[in-house]
Amino acid sequence: MADTPLQVAGREAKDEPRVPVPIVLLDAFRSFVLSVQDYSILAWRSLLNIFSGPHYFSDTLTQMDDIGVGSLPIVLLAGFFIGAVLVLQTATQFVRFGQTALTGDAVSIALVRELGPTLTGLLVAGRCASGIASELGSMQVTEQVDAMRAMGTDPYRKLVTPRVLATLLMVPLLTALNDFVGLLGGCVAAIFSLRLGAVEFWTRAINALDFGDLMQGLTKPMVYGFILATVGCYKGLTVRGGTQGVGRATTQAVVVSSVMIIVADLFLTKFALYMSDKIF
Amino acid sequence: MAIANASMTESTRADLRGGPAVRFSDVSMGFDEGEVLRGVSFSVAERETLVLLGETGTGKTLTLKLAAGLLRPTAGRVEVLGEDVSGMSERQLLAFRRKIGFVFQEGALFDSMTVEENVAYRLREDDVPEAEIAPRVEEVLEFVELSHTLDLLPSELSGGMRRRVSIARALVSRPEIVLYDSPTAGLDPVTSQTIITLILRLRDVYGVTSVLATHRLQDGFALANFRFDAKEKTVVRVAAGQKAEATTRFMVYRHLPGQNGNGNEALDNGIYFDGTPEEVMQSKDPYIRRFLV
Repeated sequence: MADTPLQVAGREAKDEPRVPVPIVLLDAFRSFVLSVQDYSILAWRSLLNIFSGPHYFSDTLTQMDDIGVGSLPIVLLAGFFIGAVLVLQTATQFVRFGQTALTGDAVSIALVRELGPTLTGLLVAGRCASGIASELGSMQVTEQVDAMRAMGTDPYRKLVTPRVLATLLMVPLLTALNDFVGLLGGCVAAIFSLRLGAVEFWTRAINALDFGDLMQGLTKPMVYGFILATVGCYKGLTVRGGTQGVGRATTQAVVVSSVMIIVADLFLTKFALYMSDKIF
Repeated sequence: MAIANASMTESTRADLRGGPAVRFSDVSMGFDEGEVLRGVSFSVAERETLVLLGETGTGKTLTLKLAAGLLRPTAGRVEVLGEDVSGMSERQLLAFRRKIGFVFQEGALFDSMTVEENVAYRLREDDVPEAEIAPRVEEVLEFVELSHTLDLLPSELSGGMRRRVSIARALVSRPEIVLYDSPTAGLDPVTSQTIITLILRLRDVYGVTSVLATHRLQDGFALANFRFDAKEKTVVRVAAGQKAEATTRFMVYRHLPGQNGNGNEALDNGIYFDGTPEEVMQSKDPYIRRFLV
């Protein structure tokens, strides 16, 4: 007789073998190293494929439209308000020294060098890395990727390289637009909150920038675009476990690409500042 | 040939062109959990039909993917059309796979493309002129009786129609071998019969070598006992005593206990039976008899 509704009479609990913690950690580390290896191979092949045929131009154009034009509203909207907020926050500090006129300089440098690229990278990662992972993940679990291979098509050329090329081209352009709209938002905030003149704001904002700032501001987005596309593709193509796996891959694509963008930002900033001293 | 363990089981038929279309030599395939297939050896002659039977998880789909080079065995050698598929690089395999047709279990149609785009996919990948693509697509869609579905998306098709489009897509490049992964799985008996009729037509009209993985023994018997009469354009039973032009053979996979004492029934599968339809019918083995129920 069962003692409780959940007990099944006569059934004994199975003895599952206990795995020692060091083994679990070792397996996790090994799995991580294998993932890094597989990701590196995917990233390398996606770049190499740009320089050899066959090329899928129409797929690349479709991705450029989806990633570039599709991300425009969110990038512009976020950029405008971030620029306005930045002016307000920066100005409160400059007011203490009676130097509110310097607000345009500081905001321009911060936006172009750092906030513009990183914000754009994170926004596009959230929107597009997830979309890429879910699309490729769905193809993977329904054997469409295998069908592609069975018909003699290299899925890295057909699916990965167009997306990587699209992000390499579109994310810097989105960043440039984000920077401009951010300065526009800052200008609006400066006019209405700080009573600064528009001409003065724009003049100081543009003059504060030098070539090194622009190089930094447009190189970083290329790296971020590469990261978000390759991570999205990797997570999508390595999906296991049906629709649940697709959902997991989508989330992981956003998280991993966002973290990698932030980590890469540190190293790229350090490198860019070093190069600015040496070259620019 | 009755029940076999993992020893070599070669076809005794004389091959038409001096070599089998497919040959597995002591092939094993494993993953992290262990070896799913162990020591599998068989060959398929040209124009022969091999029916792979077995319970779920015994390695039937794995065998088809190994034959297509979609997976690489952990041991052994896979030869298809005289070439060592297991030793090819991915680039070589991409070119080689154009000689093989693969019909996936759920069709695996590209869901963002229309039927026409799906069927023409391989032709466009091979840069075939557009003027040549349209008639070839129409020809194969007519073969599967779906000429009216050119502009439909896969989501607008029934399950049976998706399988037929998948067959058309595999057929459009005129492959020498077609691999079918459970083509009738999940379909009603009438639609299943339609699919089997198509496979018969492919075999008897185009002379393709076929390897078919299935849970349904009746699919294999249909292929063994019927043929497509091109003149009458209908399926007819092979008369008693008449030798069919294309032979059909059955191979049953099963978990073979005692291979390494693993005890996991998903692993260590191998060839349990390899023989003719008559040997299947006359077999007194209880495991084989289960398929005859």
